[in-house]
Amino acid sequence: MIENIKLFYAFFKIGLFGFGGGYAMLPLIQKEVVEINKWLSFKEFMDVLAISQVTPGPISVNAATFVGFKVNGVLGSFSATLGVSMPSFVIILFLAYIIKKFSSKIKATDYFFQAIRPVVIALILQAAISIGKNSLTGFKELGIAAATFIGIYVLKIHPIAVIFFSAVMGVLLYH
Amino acid sequence: MVSLSKDFIFLLKMFFTFFKIGAFTLGGGYAMIPLMKVEIVEKNKWLKEEEFIDIIAVSQSVPGAVAINTSVYIGYKLRGFIGAVFALFGTVLPSFLSILIIAYFYKEVKKITYFNRAFKGVYPSILVLILCAAFSLWEKALKDYTSYVIFIISFILLFFFNLYPGILILLFGIFGIIKGSYENWKREKEYD
Repeated sequence: MIENIKLFYAFFKIGLFGFGGGYAMLPLIQKEVVEINKWLSFKEFMDVLAISQVTPGPISVNAATFVGFKVNGVLGSFSATLGVSMPSFVIILFLAYIIKKFSSKIKATDYFFQAIRPVVIALILQAAISIGKNSLTGFKELGIAAATFIGIYVLKIHPIAVIFFSAVMGVLLYH
Repeated sequence: MVSLSKDFIFLLKMFFTFFKIGAFTLGGGYAMIPLMKVEIVEKNKWLKEEEFIDIIAVSQSVPGAVAINTSVYIGYKLRGFIGAVFALFGTVLPSFLSILIIAYFYKEVKKITYFNRAFKGVYPSILVLILCAAFSLWEKALKDYTSYVIFIISFILLFFFNLYPGILILLFGIFGIIKGSYENWKREKEYD
């Protein structure tokens, strides 16, 4: 039981202080998991990163599930994953409640959101560029990108089907 | 009773939608934006494009994984607290299950080369998907002169100075409130 509480607490901290999500959370995860609690060796931590890159979902949840399982089986996974999601859950519910309460009465929320929408587009573009920098490295990659573009805009295929197709292409193209 | 079961069916539908999104969110939180846009805005019409953009803004500004923040917010918006719980479980479960399986077979799964090859194919595709989502949300966000200026400044600060997104959102949000209130005040004065 004490193991579960420890897992919950460590990953709760990661969820609470992990601003920026994804890779910005890595140093924090490493500190809690490798240095403070010594649940994983550095090499194992690197393995978790490699695994996270080929499995769905946020890196923090992947790490929580993996570390939890190693320390205390499925129950450990559950405690750690619950811990890492809890701060998000509470903070978002609180904010969503406040925004809902004010947005109908106060015009300022309208002004606020109208002004920040362009920031969101800039954010999404920046994310795309940082992915592009590492993934568009040759003709094969450009080919897959072009095929995706045609799939989405011309053939109007569902994105999930497109992702599936490009995974198959990956297996076929890279040896 | 009838409405209760109807609510439950809706919750299940929401759960499976988020499960689907969670299962195909590969390569970081932003990969979920094109999927959510298709599933939640276009197919099920649960949110308007503007609402979707606003939720991304809030989710980016607080700690935690963006995928979790976004789905909890959408779940809450659709069905309150219980909606948020279903959305959270739907999003997290695919990641949870796949890691459990891998952790279980960990010693044997030293060669994840097959997956690696698949993923090399997925990344360029995700890049295009995210770009497409950005451009289709574009016209809802960039409507006037001011919004273009905000976009350009944000892009420069994010890209070249690596500024934390929450700060930009807060700053421009406050700017928006001041500008909107001032214009409103000016209009009212003209009517007097």
